[in-house]
Amino acid sequence: MSLDGCGAPQQGVDLAVGPDEVVLTGRVSAGGQPVGGAFVRLLDAAGEFTAEVVSSPEGDFRFYAAPGTWTVRALHRSGNGQASVSADGPGVHPVEVAVA
Amino acid sequence: MSREDVLVSAAWAEENLKTPGVVFVEVDEDTTAYDGGHIPGAVKIDWKKDLQDPVRRDFVDRAGFEALLSARGIANDDTVVLYGGNNNWFAAYAYWYFKLYGHQSVKLLDGGRKKWELDGRPLDKEQVERPATQYTAQEQDLSIRAFRDEVVEAIGNKNLVDVRSPDEFSGKLLAPAHLPQEQAQRGGHIPTAINVPWSKAANEDGTFKSDEELARIYGEAGLDGSKKTIAYCRIGERSSHSWFVLHELLGHEDVKNYDGSWTEYGSLIGVPVELGSGKED
Repeated sequence: MSLDGCGAPQQGVDLAVGPDEVVLTGRVSAGGQPVGGAFVRLLDAAGEFTAEVVSSPEGDFRFYAAPGTWTVRALHRSGNGQASVSADGPGVHPVEVAVA
Repeated sequence: MSREDVLVSAAWAEENLKTPGVVFVEVDEDTTAYDGGHIPGAVKIDWKKDLQDPVRRDFVDRAGFEALLSARGIANDDTVVLYGGNNNWFAAYAYWYFKLYGHQSVKLLDGGRKKWELDGRPLDKEQVERPATQYTAQEQDLSIRAFRDEVVEAIGNKNLVDVRSPDEFSGKLLAPAHLPQEQAQRGGHIPTAINVPWSKAANEDGTFKSDEELARIYGEAGLDGSKKTIAYCRIGERSSHSWFVLHELLGHEDVKNYDGSWTEYGSLIGVPVELGSGKED
């Protein structure tokens, strides 16, 4: 990724996590099936928008965040859904989101 | 200026896909999105390959812009409707860029690709060929583009609007939270800047909020309507979105986009930088 690159890295691909990085990652699903092409929004503890990515064909998404409590909200033409996740420090924090 | 002059709805767009003199142009953060399916008949502009100089950190020059639009089959009197992913970040950037080079009729598709997809409207993978034109661009309209010296001089004189997320503004993060945090420049913001994240202006589906809501958001954040304004973000694309809101939707007269933004300012030697939320004093 270059300095000017603003493209989000491909979602759902394994990526090394730096020692200080707080990564929130998971999958969007509906009825147990993965949902690709969903708009996945990261909201902070106050409900303010922070970032948005599109889920991979396997439903995967990933955010680089900071420690705290976050809401992950997914929008798709088949429905919307959300889940919350607490990240107390660096590392990978899993979160699953069901849409209906 | 009214909303109808600068925005079209998804419903209007779908009805006008084949209207002569209307050209749909997709500009995405993810430059591969177009190839996976685009609005029928739309051409693609790559914000990086097509709009940036390959060597210097600057835009393609006037001749380069003329060559690009001629090759895409866009004529001077066409109405260009821009749309893209990620809440129209790069479509808004292209809108500002088209205005910079003097294109007369350019509009944004309200909600961009997101609204289009959430509505379940058609996308296809057809290769789009438009006959080449002889496009003539104007000299850059520098009344809408700010450079670094102007930004330093604006401290304490003009409204500086930092449209990044609160964590980027305070210096906690150096890039949006969906991107790796590997940049080396300093974190923080330009002293006296107010923080109005671009996202405040958008609904969940990517469409713009009403003029009344937008005026209230900037008013509450402390934007002084009697002063000139410079908007910035990290690389100038999110601030194009806010520039669009302030200049095109709310009709503020003197609003510039600082495309150098934080990747330039945060790497300058000798300029003041402030950390924190800016609300302590």
